Amino acid sequence: MTSVLDRYEPVIGLETHVELGTRTKMFCGCTTTFGAEPNSQTCPVCLGLPGSLPVVNEKSIEYAIKIGLALNCSIASWCRFARKNYFYPDMPKNFQISQYDEPLCTDGYLDVTVEGQRVRVGIERVHLEEDTGKSLHVGGATGRIHGADYSLVDYNRAGIPLVEIVTKPVEGTGALASEVARAYVTELRDVLRSLNVSDVRMEEGSMRCDVNTSLSVLGSGVWGTRTETKNVNSLRSVQRAVQSEMERQAEVLDAGQRIIQETRHFNEETGTTTSGRSKEEAQDYRYFPEPDLVPVAPDPAWVEQIRATLPEAPSRRKVRLRVEWNVSDLDMDALTNAEALDLVESTVAAGASPADARKWWLGELSRRANEGNVALEALAITPEQVARVAALVTAGTLNDKLARQVFDAVLAGEGTPDEVVAARGLAVVSDDAPLLAAIDEAIAASPDVVAKIREGKTAAAGVLVGAVMKTTRGKADPARVRALITDRLA
Amino acid sequence: MDLTRLTAAEMSAKLAAKEISATELTQAHLDRIQSVDGQIHAFLYVAADQALSQAGAVDARRAAGEDLPALAGVPVAVKDLYATKGMPTTCGSRILEGWHPPYDATIVERLKDNCAIILGKTNMDEFAMGSSTENSAYGPSHNPWDLSKIPGGSSGGSSASVAAFEAPLALGSDTGGSIRQPAAVCGIVGTKPTYGGSSRYGVVAFASSLDTPGPFGRTVLDTALLHEAMSGHDPMDSTSINAPVPPVVAAARQANIEGMRIGVVTDLSGDGYQPGVLSRFAEAVELLESLGAKVTELSCPHFKYALPAYYLIAPSECSSNLARFDAMRYGLRVSDDGSRDAEEVMSLTREQGFGDEVKRRIILGAYALSSGYYDAYYGKAQQVRTLIIRDFDVAFDQVDVLVSPVTPTTAFGIGERADDPMAMYLADLCTIPSDLAGNAAISVPCGLAEEDGLPVGLQVMAPAMADDRLYRVAAAAEAAFMARWGQPILSGAKGLSA
Repeated sequence: MTSVLDRYEPVIGLETHVELGTRTKMFCGCTTTFGAEPNSQTCPVCLGLPGSLPVVNEKSIEYAIKIGLALNCSIASWCRFARKNYFYPDMPKNFQISQYDEPLCTDGYLDVTVEGQRVRVGIERVHLEEDTGKSLHVGGATGRIHGADYSLVDYNRAGIPLVEIVTKPVEGTGALASEVARAYVTELRDVLRSLNVSDVRMEEGSMRCDVNTSLSVLGSGVWGTRTETKNVNSLRSVQRAVQSEMERQAEVLDAGQRIIQETRHFNEETGTTTSGRSKEEAQDYRYFPEPDLVPVAPDPAWVEQIRATLPEAPSRRKVRLRVEWNVSDLDMDALTNAEALDLVESTVAAGASPADARKWWLGELSRRANEGNVALEALAITPEQVARVAALVTAGTLNDKLARQVFDAVLAGEGTPDEVVAARGLAVVSDDAPLLAAIDEAIAASPDVVAKIREGKTAAAGVLVGAVMKTTRGKADPARVRALITDRLA
Repeated sequence: MDLTRLTAAEMSAKLAAKEISATELTQAHLDRIQSVDGQIHAFLYVAADQALSQAGAVDARRAAGEDLPALAGVPVAVKDLYATKGMPTTCGSRILEGWHPPYDATIVERLKDNCAIILGKTNMDEFAMGSSTENSAYGPSHNPWDLSKIPGGSSGGSSASVAAFEAPLALGSDTGGSIRQPAAVCGIVGTKPTYGGSSRYGVVAFASSLDTPGPFGRTVLDTALLHEAMSGHDPMDSTSINAPVPPVVAAARQANIEGMRIGVVTDLSGDGYQPGVLSRFAEAVELLESLGAKVTELSCPHFKYALPAYYLIAPSECSSNLARFDAMRYGLRVSDDGSRDAEEVMSLTREQGFGDEVKRRIILGAYALSSGYYDAYYGKAQQVRTLIIRDFDVAFDQVDVLVSPVTPTTAFGIGERADDPMAMYLADLCTIPSDLAGNAAISVPCGLAEEDGLPVGLQVMAPAMADDRLYRVAAAAEAAFMARWGQPILSGAKGLSA
């Protein structure tokens, strides 16, 4: 890698498609639920039946404007949709309604931080378009249309609103190029999530990335030929795709050959890219303004109204929370990666200390989420309930072990933490009398241990504490038990 | 009494007075179709059972004392590019043979809401591309004035059905003149409403920015009745205008043009126009003047570019609109024997499913939109369109309506222009400007050309959403002509032996 950078300067660019989380499709009233029975969410419009016509879903315009504003873009006062013409069985009309030379949002930026360095990634444009259907090619070796025995098409996805977010070329990042790419997509995902306009799940395809990479000979000031890598389906893959493309291109150039402008496919297993279709034989999409739709002319007052509802930028919020909670960057990253920021913030707001909130969400509750293979926020427990458990621990009513039992019960739907504590009788035994009885019983049962303690081997007291905890079924405070044992044997 | 000879307005009155039943009236039209359509070939599909059951339902409601709309029980023929649930919709093309839409076009729904009786689907040039119905994959329709002549196109099945008394009213669509030219050559009335005044939802697209659904009738008032019933805002069509329907029925009844300013477009005359067309048109202008209109001549200098601009814009849009006919989801599928991939099946299906004229326009349009040519062709044509709109704006500053012939010649012979696309395209010379500008225009009969005894149409053009002006002028002209002729013009139509 170092050798690549000795001779070449990478230039990257990213095109990200994001499915908007509108309740209905872009141009008709069909619902957009993920994973519904194939072709159950269709109508004459999204099936492109002869005679049907599109009508723009206003919510999709609002969401796209929101995204544009969050990415510091200018919002067009007048723009049009365009038809992108090409034939493919998963396109009901054999053209896609998209935007061409009049995008809704233009010329913005998104700042990302990589290794303490702030990099400004320019945003060229944000535009709206409709998604296509989904093909399933049955039989054949590749799973691609060629060589398949037959193909099935599900049009549930056809017409779901997409925004395409295109960066300007990012230069001058050198060795950090691949990390900048990853940081950008991560930051973009966080921004989109904070806007509540998409569930931005790369693995479900609601956020899809194409990565453009080229190398320019160091000092030449001339950009090289770029390739476009598709099928990049995770944050890690974004980084690896840039990395591997840089290495491959350097090898080609070093051998005195030229880079072919083409689409390449990223392979998750090998971490490398393979050649797709060549852009040089690319089709002519014959774009022209969509005559079935009237121009979009968002009222400036409406745009300002949307701007006023924008949430705090995730990057700014992270800085604020890191200071408020007094945690390290590493801890902040852990919270972000676990998608626990909102949950922890709400838990703190409900009265828990930042440390406690972090501990429970990243520890016990993350473990449960992993076991159940669900998102943290999908667990059947609220931040308020977590804060209540933390408060009960702080008050000494529960210890950590009992707290875990309370979580179990709450997650199992047995009620609120207080209801569970009452119903299961889970409170810590703080009255010494029943403890003393259990201690006396333990002392009587283990004369050898008692002898060791009396010889000064105080560590042996652990055995007695364990026995007492067992008799009280964990409801005792171990520290209190130890103190009482020491008193008793003194 | 032959019920089919009544006007739609008379039918409506007799139905309301319970002098006749919708069932009788529908049956009379089905009988008429049965007896003459073998010669005319106006219909691609006759919905006899559905029509009679609809009529029965209307009669039952009327008997129950319900107050029904004006068109309740009046039969209507529907051009075969309106999506109709439970009836085939072919657009005159092989590629849609056997397709039954799962939904009704908004206008078809409105007809049903108005309790009109849908008689069936009428013949047309394939995907509305043509001026003669000769481009129908199912054979041409014939002109009731002379069966060897074309009934106009693309809505020629609709115009022929009305002229042959197979239906009192019919729906058509006008993209470059496809309602007005057939109306003119069949001696009936046809209107291209303001673009956006009538919903396109469910009307299979030829050229989206031009397609305008509209009505045919034998009289101006009949046409206005259908115009009013079919029009109005439709939230399913983004280009639909959200404003009240112009008062066309009231205007047709008013029929008064005293003091109205009428402009004669001097650019729409001269070389290439049949003498008999020009003389009937000149008479019509004199007649309008005699009725109290102030007539002036004016020039719309960019109209001469309308035809070439149209033949870039319409094919461009059609090349994209017709891309969906690919054998994947509905309609014809050719050569799907398991040995070919989807692309080949698409290509072979389109090769066999589309006729020559449709292919010609798809190729033309794909070329005009292709990268490197867009600016010179599609882009330039759009600029011309703007100039034509300006010509109209300037003209409508000076006059209330414009008039011209509808088409340069009377009905030509079937086969006469079939191999000469340019000659065919000239049939729409006078009608295209209104389509490009999106305003309103009507064709109303103004007599027979002396050379061939065939009908000539007077075109009246009005600003967008001033459709009522068309009906005022057309109704005034119609009344004056009737007084002069002593009988409806169609009484002279001798093409039918029946």
